[in-house]
Amino acid sequence: MGRYIARRLLIAIPTLLAITFVVYVILALAPLDPLSQFGADPRVPPEAREAIRKSLGLDQPWYVRYVLWLGGLLRGDFGYSFMSHSPVIDLITQRLPNTLAVVGVAYIVGLVIALPVGMLAAVRRNSFVDHLISTITYAGFSVPTFFTGLLLIIVFAVKLHWLPFIYNSNLRITDLASLGEQFRQSIMPIAVLGLFDAAIFTRYIRSEMLEHLPLDYVRTARSKGIHERVVVVRHVLRNSLIPVITLVALGIPGVFGGAIVTEQIFHVPGIGELLVRSILLGDTPVVTAVLFIFAVLVILFNLIADVLYGVLDPRIRYT
Amino acid sequence: MATTTQTAPGVATREFQRPARSLWSDAWFTFTRDKLAMSGLFVLIFLIIAVLFGPYVWTDKGTEIDFTNSLGGPSFAHPMGTDDLGRDLLARVLNGGRISIAVGITAVILAISLGTSIGAIAGYFGKLDNPLMRITDLFLSLPILPLLLVLVYLFRESLKSLFGPELGIFLMVVFVIGILNWMPVARLVRAQFLSLKQKEFVEAARCVGDKDGRIIFRHILPNVLSPVLVAATIGVGGAIITESTLSFLGLGFPSDVPTWGRILFDGANFLDIAPHWVLFPGLSIFIIVLSINFIGDGLRDALDPRRKT
Repeated sequence: MGRYIARRLLIAIPTLLAITFVVYVILALAPLDPLSQFGADPRVPPEAREAIRKSLGLDQPWYVRYVLWLGGLLRGDFGYSFMSHSPVIDLITQRLPNTLAVVGVAYIVGLVIALPVGMLAAVRRNSFVDHLISTITYAGFSVPTFFTGLLLIIVFAVKLHWLPFIYNSNLRITDLASLGEQFRQSIMPIAVLGLFDAAIFTRYIRSEMLEHLPLDYVRTARSKGIHERVVVVRHVLRNSLIPVITLVALGIPGVFGGAIVTEQIFHVPGIGELLVRSILLGDTPVVTAVLFIFAVLVILFNLIADVLYGVLDPRIRYT
Repeated sequence: MATTTQTAPGVATREFQRPARSLWSDAWFTFTRDKLAMSGLFVLIFLIIAVLFGPYVWTDKGTEIDFTNSLGGPSFAHPMGTDDLGRDLLARVLNGGRISIAVGITAVILAISLGTSIGAIAGYFGKLDNPLMRITDLFLSLPILPLLLVLVYLFRESLKSLFGPELGIFLMVVFVIGILNWMPVARLVRAQFLSLKQKEFVEAARCVGDKDGRIIFRHILPNVLSPVLVAATIGVGGAIITESTLSFLGLGFPSDVPTWGRILFDGANFLDIAPHWVLFPGLSIFIIVLSINFIGDGLRDALDPRRKT
């Protein structure tokens, strides 16, 4: 297992390199000047603009900058943001925990909802409950996350005044009251992503359990006189969850996409919001770094899924 | 079965004379029995007719600015209300729907053609399999939405100046969605090609002297068509969501091109005083994607011979 993980990590390196290269080339060849913000300002004289370009290292060709950037990356240095002039790594370490917290809690919420619901739908196949659950899950992943978010705001913040309108990023957790406030303002962003995840997971769990329910080992378990509930939970559910894990991991890029949207709606200070803002400002170092972080997260979760697959299913041997 | 009719006269004849059902008529028969899929199909057809011909019936262009009527709720004159400039939202939703649906369909055609070609080449020609699948894996680990945002932002201006604001953005959005969504189809087609090229009918075709091209297009590809069709159907819904997401983040169409996502983006600042502004375009996206998903699921059941009951 250790060797397998090591090999997978080694394979991940060229993939990441290729991704950084693609991203860098796209950004370098784009017909867009990072200094267009300054360029639009007639008060900046051409010599000053040239000096700024030089100080940011933009006078060099892109392949030189790429190699320099890679060198910095090895030291954990993503360069400096054009706009805020602070190190990019600081911006990212400030914001990454927020994104991971929202995405992670939403994932857990999604699973907690989807496990019993998906199980119920599979066990009561073709019943009224099953059709109801199927219809709701269809609705759940057909509704775009930005619309769910806006709907929640209209209902819970505008009409009912139960929850705060947007996320207050300056909130410091000092006592019980501020902890409660943090909880209240996290409900809607987490609900948007969590319900979306729940809809997708429910479908996976249902269809995987339906594959397993007619198998021989289930009949054996039943004929031994084991209680139906134990058969479903211990025997069928456990085996069905193995393929669900890979499907869930393959959905990770989509989940981070959803995180960008939710962060934008609720103004959660995560890396998705940082990305959109940096794109609009033309802040190339931040954009490159955030894309790199997203790629690392996607590859990492795929690796975790593959490893879990082996841990959970003893029939799979890694060599 | 026509030959058996000679030996079986009477009632049995009529039964045997029923025309033979092809895969597609068989699939259609199963499909019509699926209530959800059929209602999805009707809703989709209704929506397409509405956005195609609606603007001729509802003659308000949605471009007239009328400040006396700004942010008005749904009324008889404006069934979906008006925006901050007093423009009629029904007209804007109808016009925007044309673009959203066109983007969805065109982007999927691009993604499917790209995915099918790459999958077919990788699956059929063993030498190219490994490099092509490496590229597919690389694309699969790209963070799609962030990359889409960056691409759209970077190339928006140059395409705008090349093709004009509307067509330029349209081409770009279609291109980036298509170029970043072909991978699942490529994998699917490759897997099918790998197993089908070993089959006897392909060997037989090669024995009678068919060239590679003919084997690919005439013999293997038709067998791959049904899963690709299902993927394409569901892909249209996904592409519509992606386009609206881009526009919603302010990186898609400009505000004078009212796609559904763009209307939501504009209306999101007025949630507290004019919720109708986001409600109707949002519902439109939801309903069209939902009906497309129902159709896709019905097609999957209808085209999969193993699922027949």
